Amino acid sequence: MATQSARHIISLLMENESGALSRVAGLFSARGYNIESLTVAATEDQTLSRMTIVTTGSEAVIEQIIKQLNKLVDVVKVLDLNDGKFIERELMLVKVKATSAFREEMKRMCDIFRGRIIDVADGSFTIELTGSGNKLDAFIESLDKAAILETVRTGASGIGRGDRILKV
Amino acid sequence: MGKSMEKSSKKITGAEILIRCLHEEQVEFVFGYPGGAVLHIYDAIFHQDKFKHILVRHEQAALHAADAYSRSTGKVGVALVTSGPGATNAVTGIATAYMDSIPMVIISGQVPTYAIGEDAFQECDTVGITRPCVKHNFLVKDVKDIAATMKKAFYVASSGRPGPVLVDIPKDITADLCQFDYPETVQMRSYNPVTKGHLGQIKKALKLLSEAKRPMVYSGGGVVLGDAAEHLIKLIQALGLPITSTLMGLGGFPASDKKFLGMLGMHGTYEANMAMQECDVLLAVGARFDDRVIGNTVDFLSKPRTIIHIDIDPASISKRVKIDVPIVGDVKSVLADMNELIATEKPQQNTVALNAWFEQIKTWRAKECMNFAQSDEFIKPQYVIQKLHEVTKGEAFVTSDVGQHQMWAAQYYKFDQPRRWINSGGLGTMGVGLPYAMGVQFAHPNAQVACVTGEGSIQMNIQELSTCAQYHLPIKVIMLNNRYLGMVRQWQEFFYENRYSESYMDSLPNFVKLAEAYGHVGMQITKPGDVEAALKEAFAMKSRFVFMDFITDQKENVFPMIQNGKGLSDMILAEDL
Repeated sequence: MATQSARHIISLLMENESGALSRVAGLFSARGYNIESLTVAATEDQTLSRMTIVTTGSEAVIEQIIKQLNKLVDVVKVLDLNDGKFIERELMLVKVKATSAFREEMKRMCDIFRGRIIDVADGSFTIELTGSGNKLDAFIESLDKAAILETVRTGASGIGRGDRILKV
Repeated sequence: MGKSMEKSSKKITGAEILIRCLHEEQVEFVFGYPGGAVLHIYDAIFHQDKFKHILVRHEQAALHAADAYSRSTGKVGVALVTSGPGATNAVTGIATAYMDSIPMVIISGQVPTYAIGEDAFQECDTVGITRPCVKHNFLVKDVKDIAATMKKAFYVASSGRPGPVLVDIPKDITADLCQFDYPETVQMRSYNPVTKGHLGQIKKALKLLSEAKRPMVYSGGGVVLGDAAEHLIKLIQALGLPITSTLMGLGGFPASDKKFLGMLGMHGTYEANMAMQECDVLLAVGARFDDRVIGNTVDFLSKPRTIIHIDIDPASISKRVKIDVPIVGDVKSVLADMNELIATEKPQQNTVALNAWFEQIKTWRAKECMNFAQSDEFIKPQYVIQKLHEVTKGEAFVTSDVGQHQMWAAQYYKFDQPRRWINSGGLGTMGVGLPYAMGVQFAHPNAQVACVTGEGSIQMNIQELSTCAQYHLPIKVIMLNNRYLGMVRQWQEFFYENRYSESYMDSLPNFVKLAEAYGHVGMQITKPGDVEAALKEAFAMKSRFVFMDFITDQKENVFPMIQNGKGLSDMILAEDL
């Protein structure tokens, strides 16, 4: 079986019931699968939750993950977004030091990454940034570590391009 | 099911609704133990007589008994326990059933909804604790949901790859009032198990099997659970293939048939393991290539072979071993389709190669790996099982615990019928034997039921001797008493230079007197010459529970043996030592 490990984004729809999230989280921990991030919220149909899981594994492991997810009684549909074209977005909020000398520089960095300053305080900005996980990583790397006061990320959400639709 | 829909405008309690659900599902037995959170339910049970409640002495035994009822009948087993410790005691039984895919519905009481989360008396997060060892579970939060949830529970438990389903019901819900309306059908958009196999894949499989030079069939628990034995026999006869079986599949194909090479795996026969390793086309039917069966995957895959795998669970396919021709579907339906194809297409087989293959198998068989040295001095455990088979004419239901005795029972009691061999294969739960025998005896009151056990395992649920007395169960306990935790001792002998760390059993009770204290018949057998007569005497006591304490050879080991992590052809045989 292939051993090359790759990052996959798995989208799934499941019954919006209490305990649904722990069934998925429990499956990953019980079987020793990686979770890079996991996001979940109800869809436009309140009876359904949509979950996006970012994981890494060989082809065989990813195949097992998809099968095991499908096996959960509450799971309605599972899609490995990496099987086709898709868009990935993640939201990050970063609070950075922005003292008088560096305020302009920080604003410029924010503009380059198409971020938005959403809170301004004495000595700090809070920047909102959306993009793929890579883009958010790149932004963090481009900042002086000492300037970062706090970060929070939502984890990736993904959606198929064009006709690739995950719906019941 | 199939009965007219129960409808009434009269409001009844949640507990009564629950009982009515069990009536609708034609439940015959509920194995359980009362407690605070289920008192309303027990009161409702007091007012009905459609099913029988069996009072065990420990919740674990309730689960095992319900599990064995299911294993021996194919029907859903039902257990009822209270909240907190009732539920946690049940967990071992639930996990045991889950590992072997046994359909069960477990009803657990819960503290009242308003007390949940307050660390109330006898509160635990039952749904959370059992989540990893159930097929599915539910917490019912409204009396209106009881009927629909129970309908779903029975449906999910018994369809697809079966498994235990737990329904947790808070006490106040069982007192609330509601009309009873049992749904006739159940629709779940998230759960649609596959039944029919893909015909194209079945054709491909049949072509491979008929053209194979060294074909082999490996049959598992799925054949037994899927009631597919008849179809498997037909297939094997039509194509004349050699066949082996896992521990869980025993009885799925008659052991007395010449095509049967015996059980495979860690303690499988030489011929079965060699044929598995050397075949060119392998058909796996309702089996899952687990570590105790094929050893490590690297060794197994070092020989090229084409693998066809029929299984109802897509997740079982290509889990440990990459499968060339997967067929997802109900084993019975897939085998029936295959047999139909054989009848219409009459595939040409490579008979020359097939004959040569059977010649090869014959040389492996000539090793006679199941032979053991008889003794005039000590009772050989294998001999007891052989005699048990003779005395019961191979027709008994045999339950076992876990350890050496389990392997000997599997090896030497030649099962010709499915659902006769009842043991914990996946989880390997010591203590199942006696409660398993109870569940089987309730389901088959006139059948011979033998519980093959050891002095270690039996003590893990020995309290059930009391239940057996209460219900006059004529079980025969065949205890192979070697004063050791035999399988642990065997491993210590092989892998730990005979350092018998904590594997010797001291201060054993006088089992004869113990059995008598519960009102049963106790026998101790110490001489090989007495074994047969004692078994005949015990089985002649058709209405009595007989506890037979066989003092066996302390040093006997289970052979053949594949050491943990080694490959299938790397066997230690009795003759090697």
